[in-house]
Amino acid sequence: MSVSAPDIPAKPKRGFRLDLKTVGPLLALALLVLLGISLNENFLSYNNLTNVLARSSFIGIIAIGATFVITAGGLDLSVGSMAAVIAGVMIMVMNWLIPTMGIGWGVVLAGMATGILLGGVAGTFNGMMITRGRIEAFIVTLGTMGIFRSLVTFLANGGTLSLNFQVADVYRPVYYDGLLGVPWPIIVFALVAIGGEITMRYTAFGRYCAAIGSNEQVARYSSINVDNVRLLTYILQGVLVGVAVLLYVPRLGSASSTTGVLWELEAIAGVIIGGTTLKGGYGRIWGTVVGVVILGLIGNILNLQSLISPYLNGAFQGVIIILAVLLQRGRKNA
Amino acid sequence: MSSAEGISAPAVLSANRISKSFGEIPVLFSIDFDIKPGEVHAIIGENGAGKSTLIKILSGIEQPTSGSIIYDGETVTLPPDGKAEAMGIVLIHQELNLAEHLTAAESIFLGREIKRYGFLDLGEMRKRAAELMDTLHVRVDPDDRISTLSVADKQMVEIAKAISRDARVLIMDEPTAVLSVSETQTLFEQIKRLTARGVAVIFISHKLDEIMELADRVTVLRDGQLIATVGTEALTPDSIAQMMVGRELSNLYPPKHEPDVDAPVVLGVRNLAAKGVRDISFDLRRGEILGFAGLIGSGRTAVAEAIVGLTHRTGGNITLDGKPVNFTQVAQSVDAGLAYMTKDRKGKGLLLNMGLRPNLTLLTLNKHIKGGFLDGASEDRALERAVRRFDIRARDASVAVGRLSGGNQQKLMLGKTMESEPDIVIMDEPTRGIDVGTKQQIYHIIAALAAEGKSIILISSEMQEVIGLSHRVVVMREGRLTGVLEGAEITEAEIMRYAAGIKQSGNDERISA
Repeated sequence: MSVSAPDIPAKPKRGFRLDLKTVGPLLALALLVLLGISLNENFLSYNNLTNVLARSSFIGIIAIGATFVITAGGLDLSVGSMAAVIAGVMIMVMNWLIPTMGIGWGVVLAGMATGILLGGVAGTFNGMMITRGRIEAFIVTLGTMGIFRSLVTFLANGGTLSLNFQVADVYRPVYYDGLLGVPWPIIVFALVAIGGEITMRYTAFGRYCAAIGSNEQVARYSSINVDNVRLLTYILQGVLVGVAVLLYVPRLGSASSTTGVLWELEAIAGVIIGGTTLKGGYGRIWGTVVGVVILGLIGNILNLQSLISPYLNGAFQGVIIILAVLLQRGRKNA
Repeated sequence: MSSAEGISAPAVLSANRISKSFGEIPVLFSIDFDIKPGEVHAIIGENGAGKSTLIKILSGIEQPTSGSIIYDGETVTLPPDGKAEAMGIVLIHQELNLAEHLTAAESIFLGREIKRYGFLDLGEMRKRAAELMDTLHVRVDPDDRISTLSVADKQMVEIAKAISRDARVLIMDEPTAVLSVSETQTLFEQIKRLTARGVAVIFISHKLDEIMELADRVTVLRDGQLIATVGTEALTPDSIAQMMVGRELSNLYPPKHEPDVDAPVVLGVRNLAAKGVRDISFDLRRGEILGFAGLIGSGRTAVAEAIVGLTHRTGGNITLDGKPVNFTQVAQSVDAGLAYMTKDRKGKGLLLNMGLRPNLTLLTLNKHIKGGFLDGASEDRALERAVRRFDIRARDASVAVGRLSGGNQQKLMLGKTMESEPDIVIMDEPTRGIDVGTKQQIYHIIAALAAEGKSIILISSEMQEVIGLSHRVVVMREGRLTGVLEGAEITEAEIMRYAAGIKQSGNDERISA
């Protein structure tokens, strides 16, 4: 019972005991891939996989931000609406800049900068209301969710905001092209994921997020500036929404009141499936990545087969979310 | 000692050769235990001795791995999840299990609401709750919200709840740990009333004098083994303590090394005011242990939290090494070499779901950053050092801190505080709810820190501890400083006089020695 040196824990045990909490999401992913292969030989094709991953990238990048927010004991319900309003304003800014800057990368870069800046501002607003205003995160972001959604509808006058066709042509490659055959969204998603994983595990900020989510009082008594760390998670979330949107806009070149609907729930679902605890205190980025890819694959597999209607996509995702949480709870009691 | 007639009666509840293992780890070995109607039976032992496990088995929350439970002469399997309450066995947890938003009446009848025509009969419940409070001589209104009650009153509500359930066996896990002296006396009167009615009371306590006062019999556990069950009259506090630790307990308190007469003042506090305290002035010298005595709620913690910047200071001046300081955040005081160790180790001190390492370094994470990233090897070295220095015992470093014994949690928290290499440490109840052996270790650590030139403010509600360790003692009452004692004045009676407001010194002339 009294091993004094901390570096001689009963490590050998770990090899034998399969830690479901760690491998659970990976196992589910592997099962889905096997299922996909058995259903359709095209599943593993380069086109199919890059397509699935590229579509998952938006949610994935947002979900990585959500992992920090949730780990620190917060919640951001506004990300879907935020994405829509950022997309809308980006498009308006780019269209507006065409007369002065002309068609070209200059306009696109200005649009991108606008997107990231807006994300940061929106995140700061959420974070300030929560930390300085002392309002619960659920309520603040429920409010901003409505505000952002309404704003984009207002800006689009109830219809659709479309990017100038020529600018859209310049911008298109950001979604459809890539490096060495890997589409840009996937590359950015991977970079954000790697950066996120490192931040979560190997920086004081990541440790502080877990500490605050685990017990805010302990964090405060341990001289952590709880408000600032928490504010930072919302800003990071906002900036990452901006990044996701600047990859999303070239896909369709438009934004409307239906842009990004339910993204917040998909992002939260990905985070939870990945093993981060909803009440905070423990988070892992790679889990979120796996969770988001699982959600993407479910839709893809449903489209690749003919037995079950693809309209049941949402139902399957829901089942997976509940199963993931059930499995985590079951292990805790064991 | 309340009911001699109950002692000869047959046991109401007994445990027969109870063993319990969690996974592969045995925690109880073949324990025999019994309690008779009207008896008070204390269970005592160091942290990790198996006391909590035993009472959990006796109340059905845990099932024994082997052995049997006999209730009312019949071998029974007690239902888990507190359902044994319906059978008359009620466990009152150390962390009271009351829903903070309910009223006292609602709490008492929770889960057994009185109904009429299918609807709650609020009037009847309120009436019966009031009657219960009356029989207990408790001044709690049935409509009071639990969150507004003091800890002692909450405990009374729990007891009322137990009585309303016709409890025949009442099990209490360290009921006095958070009570002041007078509150403890009230609790004891209640317990005596209950035993007079034939209720059997099992209680865990670390306070030997309380056990001597209240218990008819004492069962001593050590490392999961039954050491002895003895009638209290055959015991002295010393002999109990010896049985608990299995060794002679000499030198519970290390010898005092008086600080130099000309030791400089490192912390000066003048006319400090904050929420709950006002007009506090004192000096702390280098190498000094300054005790803070007083009743619970007298404002000692509020003083400490205002000094380090955890709470807002509304007035007064603080100097550190003669220079005025104004901490508005804890980080500033830590940087200045002044650290505060909370008394609430579970709520404010440690991240219970995390391992030893992140807990140890949380306060001083900046020391373990290399090139912007955390340096795990450096953290590991810190943990190794702390484990050695403070004798922290854990199965392995990744075990969640919440699973450590209270003593090891406390030592880890001490390690965490000392990681910041403070010159001044404010320790708030550093030995609350931990066993005698660990207490002794902590006392020696505190004395050693002072001997090497650190200055320590020791806030403690255990009078013996304050007396045994402190060079001088500040006594507080109702948010004000009522006296500063030194030398031969430091006695229990004298401290009590100041704490109870019988005596009061103008504190200006006695700020420093």
